[in-house]
Amino acid sequence: MGNYFQPEIETASREELLKIQNEKIVKQVRHVYDNVEYYRNLMDEKGVKPEDIKSVDDIRKLPFLSKADLREAYPYGLLGTDLKDCVRIHSTSGTTGKRVVAFYTQHDIDLWDDCCARAIIAAGGSKEDVVQVCYGFGLFTGGAGLNGGSHKVGCLTLPMSSGNTDRQIQFMMDLNSTILCCTPSYAAYIGESLAEAGYKPSDNKLKAGIFGAEPWTEEMRQNIESSLGIKAYDIYGLTETSGPGVAFECEAQTGMHINEDHFYAEIIDPETGEVLPEGSVGELVFTALDKEAFPLLRYRTRDLCVLTHEKCSCGRNFVKMCKPMGRSDDMMIIRGVNVFPSQIETVLLNEGYTPNYQIIVDRKDNTDTFDINVELTPDQFSDKIADIQKMEKQLEAAMRTMLGIGPKVHICAPKSITRSEGKAVRVIDNRKLH
Amino acid sequence: MAIQQISIFIEDRQGQMADVIKKIADAGINIRALSVADSRDFGILRLIVSDTAKTKELLEEDVLVKVTDVIAVRMDDIHGALYKILKVLEDAQINLDYSYAFTASKDKGAYVVFRVADNEAAEKLLSEKGFTFIDEV
Repeated sequence: MGNYFQPEIETASREELLKIQNEKIVKQVRHVYDNVEYYRNLMDEKGVKPEDIKSVDDIRKLPFLSKADLREAYPYGLLGTDLKDCVRIHSTSGTTGKRVVAFYTQHDIDLWDDCCARAIIAAGGSKEDVVQVCYGFGLFTGGAGLNGGSHKVGCLTLPMSSGNTDRQIQFMMDLNSTILCCTPSYAAYIGESLAEAGYKPSDNKLKAGIFGAEPWTEEMRQNIESSLGIKAYDIYGLTETSGPGVAFECEAQTGMHINEDHFYAEIIDPETGEVLPEGSVGELVFTALDKEAFPLLRYRTRDLCVLTHEKCSCGRNFVKMCKPMGRSDDMMIIRGVNVFPSQIETVLLNEGYTPNYQIIVDRKDNTDTFDINVELTPDQFSDKIADIQKMEKQLEAAMRTMLGIGPKVHICAPKSITRSEGKAVRVIDNRKLH
Repeated sequence: MAIQQISIFIEDRQGQMADVIKKIADAGINIRALSVADSRDFGILRLIVSDTAKTKELLEEDVLVKVTDVIAVRMDDIHGALYKILKVLEDAQINLDYSYAFTASKDKGAYVVFRVADNEAAEKLLSEKGFTFIDEV
């Protein structure tokens, strides 16, 4: 008996899984076509009727959805049910400040919680465990997802939310947390803080951690595993598809199993949209097979990835995805928050600056640093230091409002920003995450 | 009576200040007074030069420059001279944006440079108290 939450699904054969997926997709396409006008129009434009979709093989006939569609359809345009049947909203930042809002019925929350419960059990969890959730709680899906999954398993749950590291450590030590859920950079930070406080890795009761919401490397995994004395498991998800738990790592730690009874994954060529064969690097696309309120079909994640059906030692037949290898757009994940350069440009224009800027991201002491250089124009130049510092502070505040995280803004001279063949280099990411 | 000062935005990178000063030197312009204000990321170089217009023209292609009116008040070479001037401003509740001092080659006198919100008012006040100014160097 392995570590399964729903063994009948998690150990189902490929044939059984395919049968479930085929039944669900036929129903789901009908549901979306009948209830989501926005997507119905896209299907009509493409000349695809619900009856054309008889199995998951036909999914490739369907039109894609992108972040731009979500923005255009904001807030209710992709809603698949009556609002009165929805029980919750989560949200993530969009490309130009407009946020993405996702809706959930109780059924949607239940299936999401199930996915997170599978992740917790795959990491060795059971109802004996104390799960410390230090993902943010609120509109962000991280806290709610793992909290829900932990409840499903029956673990004693500590809904800590993020930050306040001293308190995290106090609760971890006093209440004997056994499973830690947070971003990998925060896990590394907790590890360092424990060492600084004089604790050895063996002093805590932690046995596993479930870490996601930002890119991390195998080196970071080893660092976290040794500093906390645990096994570190990756988890993947995005607000558009529900949240964390779309895919999770098992004890093999060789990629994340996609919960294929709920999410159908494809890898496409980001340029042509063509579906690529197994093993190719391409953009990951998800179709929600049975979500009701926010049933996105063929949603382009922009994450570059590889899928494999290679047999896994854990006994699951779910397809595995590798850690995302990069992005097919210019989105960055900084301290767990999605940041697009276009958002920064919008703030600068709103505040009366030229869009001559450069974003510099790095990781120091396991925390992302986020700096923005902004070029000043001659008429903005004041020879009083205090005036320029005030400009920096005002821009920092405006950026924080737009992005949800605060960069350090540095005013600099015109034409001082690195240009490569005449084109300004907008982003310098020194983190080496992939 | 105000005197013109040229302010230059200096980036925090090696050689920036030298580049600027070299251009001024090569053009045969004399620097009469200098002050540098620095912050975390940048500095502001403030100069009083023999030819302000030419200096501005020379530099504005490459760096941020700004010409500002400042007042230069003559100080006697005795202890407490600066304080006398500051006391006048303090009593009138005039805040200084910045200040520095230099010796004029013309009359070998010591001068203190001020930038305040209202130069004219400050000058008027100081004149009434008998202070004198320099308007070219």
